[in-house]
Amino acid sequence: MTIDHPAQPARTEPAGRSAQPALSLIGAAKTFGPVVALADGTIQIEAGEIHALVGENGAGKSTLVKILAGLYTPDAGDFTLAGKPVAFRGVADSKAAGISVIYQEPTLFPDLTVAENIFIGRQPKNGLGLISTGAMRKAARALFDRLGVQIDPDRVAEGLSIADQQIIEIAKAISLDAKVLIMDEPTAALSGVEVDRLFQVARSLRDAGAGIMFISHRFEEVFALCDRITVMRDGRYIATHVTNETSVDAIVRQMVGRDIAALFPKQDAEIGDAVLTVDGLSRAGVFSDISFTVRSGEIVALAGLVGAGRTEVARAVFGIDPYDTGRVTLDGKPVKAGDPQAAIDAGMGFVPEDRRKQGLVMDLSVARNATLTLRHRLARFGIISGRREREAAEEWSARLQVKTGSQEYAVSTLSGGNQQKVVLAKWLATEPTFLIVDEPTRGIDVGTKSEVHRLISELAGRGIAILMISSELPEVLGMADRVLVMHEGRITAELTREEATPETVMHAATGSLEGAR
Amino acid sequence: MTDTTTKPGGGGPVTVATERTTNPIASIVRLRELPVTVALVVLVLVTYLANPLFLSAQGVKDLLLNATIMIILAVGQALVIITRNVDLSVGSILGLVAFATGTMFATMPQLPIIAVFAIAMLLGAVLGAINGALVTIAKVPALVITLGTLYIYRGLNNAWAGGTQYFADDRPDAFGNLSVDTVLGFPVITLIAILVVVVVAVYMAGARSGRDLYAIGSDPDAAKLFGIPVGRRVFLAFLANGLLAGLAGVLYASRFNSVGATTGSGMELDVVAAAVVGGVAIFGGSGSVAGAAIGAILLTTITSALTALRVDKFWQQAIVGILILAAIIIDRVASLRTAKKLRMSEARDV
Repeated sequence: MTIDHPAQPARTEPAGRSAQPALSLIGAAKTFGPVVALADGTIQIEAGEIHALVGENGAGKSTLVKILAGLYTPDAGDFTLAGKPVAFRGVADSKAAGISVIYQEPTLFPDLTVAENIFIGRQPKNGLGLISTGAMRKAARALFDRLGVQIDPDRVAEGLSIADQQIIEIAKAISLDAKVLIMDEPTAALSGVEVDRLFQVARSLRDAGAGIMFISHRFEEVFALCDRITVMRDGRYIATHVTNETSVDAIVRQMVGRDIAALFPKQDAEIGDAVLTVDGLSRAGVFSDISFTVRSGEIVALAGLVGAGRTEVARAVFGIDPYDTGRVTLDGKPVKAGDPQAAIDAGMGFVPEDRRKQGLVMDLSVARNATLTLRHRLARFGIISGRREREAAEEWSARLQVKTGSQEYAVSTLSGGNQQKVVLAKWLATEPTFLIVDEPTRGIDVGTKSEVHRLISELAGRGIAILMISSELPEVLGMADRVLVMHEGRITAELTREEATPETVMHAATGSLEGAR
Repeated sequence: MTDTTTKPGGGGPVTVATERTTNPIASIVRLRELPVTVALVVLVLVTYLANPLFLSAQGVKDLLLNATIMIILAVGQALVIITRNVDLSVGSILGLVAFATGTMFATMPQLPIIAVFAIAMLLGAVLGAINGALVTIAKVPALVITLGTLYIYRGLNNAWAGGTQYFADDRPDAFGNLSVDTVLGFPVITLIAILVVVVVAVYMAGARSGRDLYAIGSDPDAAKLFGIPVGRRVFLAFLANGLLAGLAGVLYASRFNSVGATTGSGMELDVVAAAVVGGVAIFGGSGSVAGAAIGAILLTTITSALTALRVDKFWQQAIVGILILAAIIIDRVASLRTAKKLRMSEARDV
């Protein structure tokens, strides 16, 4: 494939763009010892545009962001802001130059108030030179009014939803008078309504003249929101497109450098008897009257907005959290409430939403992680045999095509997609009859995404009953045999594969249509 | 507190923001310093009812004198703990500085008292700065670093002092009188401690760099991402803690009859206990120096109270332990309740 990759800064500029973009990074390179994290990082962001940066995981997007944020110093490359060359010595320099970064993992201080989080380091002062909490509260409120949101400036940041945390980060950026706002996968943990609110805010900032860089794995969002798209692959700049002059297929081809299989290859599986039956499950304030079944070979998707109670239901079914009333039965036998070990023994597996915090022990080796659930079976007289551990891990890693140099490497060295495979391996090794997967492809690049989908589909093919929680509609519609939609802690719709469309699911998820069928 | 602000119209959207009335009682109940304050008041009241002599003029003076040194140490320790670090070497710093103070008076009697204070605090600051430099440069947990310097500073003290001890006779009367003379009923050294509490408390609440310490303890990685100079702030927190431990060392030499090789041994754990009981979260990010100071008063008062109540002195340590656990449990229960409340409100909001 030929790629549009001029070596000179003077590349094909879309019409109507100024000669001096708000931010321009050309040919930036960054190596860590022998590892080349970025070979040719190039991006130009104009004032008043939303510019998408897309690429698979490992394409160098995060390294590029960290250079812009002042966290990394590039080894080579030209970096200019509004035509003036800059060299950042640290984050403070980048901030002072008008660049604000909103990271995927929120970076608020949980113990400080919302207002203080916005103004930390530059709190307004009173006549005595001391911080004025009153002025700070007022300023925070003014920012929230401008953004059209209601967040109490006096509450601590701990416990805020990710969507609210992002709004606070944006408020912070506005108060810093940011000229360039970088959003690194801001929608990964958001759902419909929250994404809309974020987009509204982004558009109004763009119209006010800010340059926005938007990183996302979700193409529908990229195409709905962004004016231009820059593609990266393997640490290199590939091309920049004007959004209305390109297509998803073209972008995906450039990202992966090859044609990839269909995104959501759910294979037909023979659907058998009910494996899991949940009957009238309730927990005060969290969810109520949840009843459903999952049959062998079936993938049931649990859709809904973030906060609708999907993960909470899954956690209760698996015994991590308690429930007040209701019953869970697996293969006809009741499962003890509030006891994950009992759930595992009964044949359940749980692939959690947050790989890093809940799915893996990041500092342990691949082998150790993959066999964590097997400790009892691998042990003889209570002592785990290292050889048997390795053998079991190798078998499962091979079956799942985990790409790692050695079973002994720490899991933290793997890419997100491969980490997810290790989590899957961990549970598959227990040979479950019922598996819960919570946001299985969150933050995973396109190529690996379809591999994870293929794996889940294969598992269903082997007769495992699967409950999949997902906020990505295409994933839900592509993978699920049946879709349960939750809204405010209740199941508001149960849709067959044929009935499930973006519209029916979204209506049920937002509660805007009674019994969407 | 309740007012309605209307932004002037024009280009922007006209919005009306209603200030949420914050219930003053509710915000007092949420105060992290509340449990320790209540415990202190109850302890003093119960002891007073059982033995009215406990709150006589002399009794109060003794309580304050006993608490003074611990208050200063607890304030310094709170600074460090709030940044998600800890300094276990303060007992050794205090010992070394107290012995240095004794040596100065014994060998250089012409030295003005104010100069002794300055030199002693400088010594403490240097010892604290060594801790700070090791923690921020070597990036080894402060627990390990300061455990090491605890022994090193104590070893230096041992080597220097040997069997030497300095007694009250070796120092000028004016210096000893700091612990005897009172102003408005407060011993002078207690007034110094109160001044320390006020200055540091105002700094922590009202200065940007003070708020940075909370941010660092709340999430060190986020603090780095935000551009807060984490290393410099943590270094200065250790330095300030060393300086305060140095001050405590001088005052120790004024207050107590003798200083020698073992002065201050084991105090570090009392200090950490005082801070934790006073509501300073051991993982940083929240708490206040005022709370730590009240914690110090509570712990030192228990000893006197138990004596006044004729409780066997050996129970004292067990009671301190129970207080530490109680402080942590109260904290945990409170945060679980908040989490539950948030969960409920979020479930409704979506």
